[in-house]
Amino acid sequence: MELKRVVVTGLGALTPLGNTVSEYWNGLVNGVSGAAPITRFDASKFKTQFACEVKGYDPEQYFDRKEARKMDLFTQFAVIVADEAVKDARLDDESLNKERIGVIWGSGIGGLRTFQEECVNFANGDGTPRFNPFFIPKMIADISAGHISIKYGFRGPNFVTVSACASATNALIDSFNYIRLGMVDVVVSGGSEAAVTEAGIGGFNALKALSERNDSPATASRPFDKERDGFVLGEGAAAIVLEEYEHAKARGAKIYAELIGGGMSADAYHITAPHPEGLGARNVMANALKDSGIRPEEVDYINVHGTSTPLGDVSEAKAIEYVFGDHAYNLNISSTKSMTGHLLGAAGAIEAVASILSIQHGVVPPTINHTTDDDQFNPKLNFTFNQAQQRDVKVAMSNTFGFGGHNTSVIFKKVTE
Amino acid sequence: MSEIAEKVRAIIIDKLGVEESEVTPEASFTNDLGADSLDTVELIMEFEKEFNVSIPDDQAENIATVGQAISYLEEHAK
Repeated sequence: MELKRVVVTGLGALTPLGNTVSEYWNGLVNGVSGAAPITRFDASKFKTQFACEVKGYDPEQYFDRKEARKMDLFTQFAVIVADEAVKDARLDDESLNKERIGVIWGSGIGGLRTFQEECVNFANGDGTPRFNPFFIPKMIADISAGHISIKYGFRGPNFVTVSACASATNALIDSFNYIRLGMVDVVVSGGSEAAVTEAGIGGFNALKALSERNDSPATASRPFDKERDGFVLGEGAAAIVLEEYEHAKARGAKIYAELIGGGMSADAYHITAPHPEGLGARNVMANALKDSGIRPEEVDYINVHGTSTPLGDVSEAKAIEYVFGDHAYNLNISSTKSMTGHLLGAAGAIEAVASILSIQHGVVPPTINHTTDDDQFNPKLNFTFNQAQQRDVKVAMSNTFGFGGHNTSVIFKKVTE
Repeated sequence: MSEIAEKVRAIIIDKLGVEESEVTPEASFTNDLGADSLDTVELIMEFEKEFNVSIPDDQAENIATVGQAISYLEEHAK
């Protein structure tokens, strides 16, 4: 059977750099850091006391108080960005067949704050179980997709993918597959995460995964820099409306880009460390290229996973050289996590938006905070350090890799016809 | 109005996000105040916490209106 084409027709974003897609993009191209001291709890006893939080967030700007109380922050973020994307794509159109609109979302963790609070309440009591009836439906990761479907009446396939930091990219790939197989017309995809809590920071600190540069949060996320010392936890969400090309054309939808391929692989090596030679990363990029049917030389930009950890950045760079050969040195590579921090299960969503907008605007956002070269990286690789670069991006790849050794990669292409 | 009635009304206004004027003695949580089954469970839990009582499930089923909640708690609150 012939596979259908899939295009992007709507975007939404709520990020540490800005609370809409346009604010987010402005932050990205201007090289703004979203990192600052933690405000969500007292972090004074934690090794890491900063994070990339969403700024100026007031749930009552988006929800009535009763509605907000029944959603964990990660679901509030999901509903907000879905709303921006639904309006952007004009899916709030009663003539659309809502049986054929799905919601496939990604979240690595789900309602961590809800889980933490309910367990603390129980532990502080006398052993009598007094769990809130909204505890479970606030905490479970899939409730984000549930809320979005309830709000708009989208009755197509509805679920959430969980693959740690690859979650949202897995959601995009699943959405892509359902649409190209002709099972649905439209999927509201994306991801959200809100893990800046005591358990989140404490847990990642225990793994020695986070930067501890408390004296300079804004320069802590420095992928591919010699002085990198771990990732910076971020929170937020992004939504991407994926739609079958003919369906989009027929209703005159605005088309941002085409999603032409997705790749998946596993490291099968270690629960948290990447394969030293980047075997899984190699395979996933090769799989995505094969799926998209393009040659490696056609890729202009890779929005890398690049979390700013000592090991991960090295294995990903090696994998790029392996897969792209000499073309690796013609690529623009950047890690927008240098600005946004690492949004875990939502990373693939906000980075897909960055990749799509790089195609739309012909600008590659930078990898900020580079001061010192690390001889583990080939100096011929262009990491787009510190300043955005103009480039007519026709094809952009977005990589995300998750704890557990899950690797995902998607490829977006400029739509000329 | 008794102190208990004041507190009951305040809890209902807070948890169900309704206007004070809607919280009449006859108002039913589900039919008039927009509560679903989970909201009702949460309300009963809040009453238990606020008034330091334990409301058995078979009695909780009979608390469906503002007035029923007030009279139950006036009788049982410690």
